[in-house]
Amino acid sequence: MSVIVVLIGASLLVATGFLIAYLWAVKHGQYDDKYTPSVRILFEEEKKSENRNQKSEINSKE
Amino acid sequence: MQVEKFNYDNQIVKQFMIASVVFAIVGMLVGLIIAVQLYVPELNFGIQYLTFGRIRPLHTNAVIFAFVGNIIFAGVYYSLQRVCKARMWNDKLSQFHFWGWQLIILAAAITLPLGITTSKEYAELEWPIDLMIAVVWLSFGANLFGTILKRREKHIYVAVWFYIATFVTITVLHVVNSIELPVSLFKSYSVYAGVQDALVQWWYGHNAVAFFLTTPYLGLMYYFLPKAANRPVYSYRLSILHFWALIFLYIWAGPHHLLYSALPDWAQSLGTVFSIMLIAPSWGGMLNGLLTLRGAWDRVRDNPILKFMVVAVTAYGMATFEGPMLSLKSVNAISHFTDWTIAHVHIGALGWNGMLSFGILYWMVPKMWGTELYSKKLANSHFWISTLGIVFYAVPMYWAGIAQSLMWKQFTPLGVLQYPNFLETTLQIIPMYIIRSIGGLLYFVGMFMLVYNLIKTAKAGKFIKNEEAEAAPYEKDSDKLKRGMIHRWLEKRPVKFALLALVVVLIGGLVEIVPTFLIKSNIPTIAAVKAYSPLELQGRDIYIREGCVSCHSQLVRPFRSETERYGEYSKAGEYVYDHPFLWGSKRTGPDLAREGNKYPNVWHYLHMEDPRQMSPGSIMPRFPWLLTQTLDISTTPAKINAMRSLGVPYEIGYENFANQDLQKQADVITQDLIKNGIPAEPDKDIIALIAYLQQLGTDIKVNQATIK
Repeated sequence: MSVIVVLIGASLLVATGFLIAYLWAVKHGQYDDKYTPSVRILFEEEKKSENRNQKSEINSKE
Repeated sequence: MQVEKFNYDNQIVKQFMIASVVFAIVGMLVGLIIAVQLYVPELNFGIQYLTFGRIRPLHTNAVIFAFVGNIIFAGVYYSLQRVCKARMWNDKLSQFHFWGWQLIILAAAITLPLGITTSKEYAELEWPIDLMIAVVWLSFGANLFGTILKRREKHIYVAVWFYIATFVTITVLHVVNSIELPVSLFKSYSVYAGVQDALVQWWYGHNAVAFFLTTPYLGLMYYFLPKAANRPVYSYRLSILHFWALIFLYIWAGPHHLLYSALPDWAQSLGTVFSIMLIAPSWGGMLNGLLTLRGAWDRVRDNPILKFMVVAVTAYGMATFEGPMLSLKSVNAISHFTDWTIAHVHIGALGWNGMLSFGILYWMVPKMWGTELYSKKLANSHFWISTLGIVFYAVPMYWAGIAQSLMWKQFTPLGVLQYPNFLETTLQIIPMYIIRSIGGLLYFVGMFMLVYNLIKTAKAGKFIKNEEAEAAPYEKDSDKLKRGMIHRWLEKRPVKFALLALVVVLIGGLVEIVPTFLIKSNIPTIAAVKAYSPLELQGRDIYIREGCVSCHSQLVRPFRSETERYGEYSKAGEYVYDHPFLWGSKRTGPDLAREGNKYPNVWHYLHMEDPRQMSPGSIMPRFPWLLTQTLDISTTPAKINAMRSLGVPYEIGYENFANQDLQKQADVITQDLIKNGIPAEPDKDIIALIAYLQQLGTDIKVNQATIK
């Protein structure tokens, strides 16, 4: 049954390692660009037919 | 830089969307039927395939895996292509995924009413279907990662992370919980027994809610809500933070489904602590969704799609606040086994999943057919009728749950139970059941408004099967892992990201399960607890087939109100031979853990024939077919062998004599029935079921008698 000690030990080791990596990441400013991605998805359809976009704008004003 | 031209596959999105709407109607119809069965028990029309116990899993599976599952895939296939700026990796794989998933649903729709079930909640499907699920699910994963790998956009948008976490975790959950030993083509036994099975099951059950009903929907929210509002998400940083926190915390919360059970206390407490912590990341997501609309609430007024989404996100906030509250032992003591739980899950299902799905459907169909929504007015009506439906569903269920629980616990000044007859507490809440079904009906009617509106919308436009798009190619860069760049680095590497997510999720599961799984001493063996006799084993499988566990628990909690009503509280050691465990999660009828020897055989016989013969007013369906159907004893040797492989101490060679023992025991019960004027025959299903019921919980009683 010593396998438990090994498993729990290994699990906690990985968990701790992950925690350290995560804290380290936060501390070193990973999230520099925390704005552009959120805006980018809104512009993905710009290339599509201009006619439709105009039409939908007119419709939405009704 | 050269701009590449390509196109998005809308066809697969359309297929999943249609399947989702069709199965939403089917799933809700079945839900409505079982809701009415609770006050009109004859609504199965005397057909064994339509009893509550058999079609309740049909309802849950249809709604979770057919309605919600298909809309997840529709939403994922739509948004993934667009945020990755790439067509799905492989069109054939997409089609395989679609048809495979529908085949699984078909298999579920056939097997569940037939009583082919493992009895483990939300994992009822038998082993051949489990294998199908694994294959089809992996095909989805391959397509997901294939598309991410060939993306043209370096940055992986937050929604995609949620999809990755969904895929990875559901894979692990499904595999671990579905480890079962086949007895025949349509019958298997869980390899885990009793407490261990319970822990694995609720680790799965809770995380099915977390990673099938929550994380993919958060991903969908992060794509479709900003799109519908035409505003960027409130805080991109918050989305990153709450994503990591959510997947790290969720996996540990499963044991809160087993509070006051025979599960070791430390595991229960662990579940509670992590459940409380979950408020933070859950509300992080909820607030991020709602605050996206800051300064744009006027659009909510005008736009039915946003209305659906706002109610969905609000319902998510309510359900994720309520969840941790229900994980507190003092609250759980009242709420567990009652309709409170039903109310809670329907705030999630009808509110969060349903309303967000409707919003997404109303948004996607006009886009994909290149037109405008046919009628905003009708969509608004749909919004109001479904919102009203949720209120009429949830409020009576909360009321019913609390009222019944307090009645169960009420003592008179003399110290005896005020409502010793369980049925009295059931009859008290029948009016609530009626109002609940009206709420469900309102929500159901709304579905037809949706269908009409979407068909009209589609007819007005023209389906864009392959939507043209263009983007600059992905510039492969070789940035090394630098200081301050870890998350950036990760975001560009989906496979490593998935592995990391898998590690995070596995740690939670392993630490919790491994100890109880491996330490034998965690489950004190009780010398008096014996393996089931062959007849009892067959009876237990009938109990499983008929879905008795849907309404009857087999777990007496250590409260005076329960020990007075049912008998000695349940010990872990009593369940060591239970493959699978049958603790149940809802007491529509009384607990059966100590049912053995409470009533004579003849009572059970007549009660199964028509419960109202013995308990006037009972809402249990009749099971007359048990009295006439012949028990299939050809399976006995295989079952004995399977159980022995799982560690149940049947002697080697016993399988050859098991049926002789079975017949001996059946004869004894039959003789007793005949003595009481029942023309019973020993080879019928009912005899086995009576043998099982009469054995329930008696090991301990025998033990106590000998001690005294």
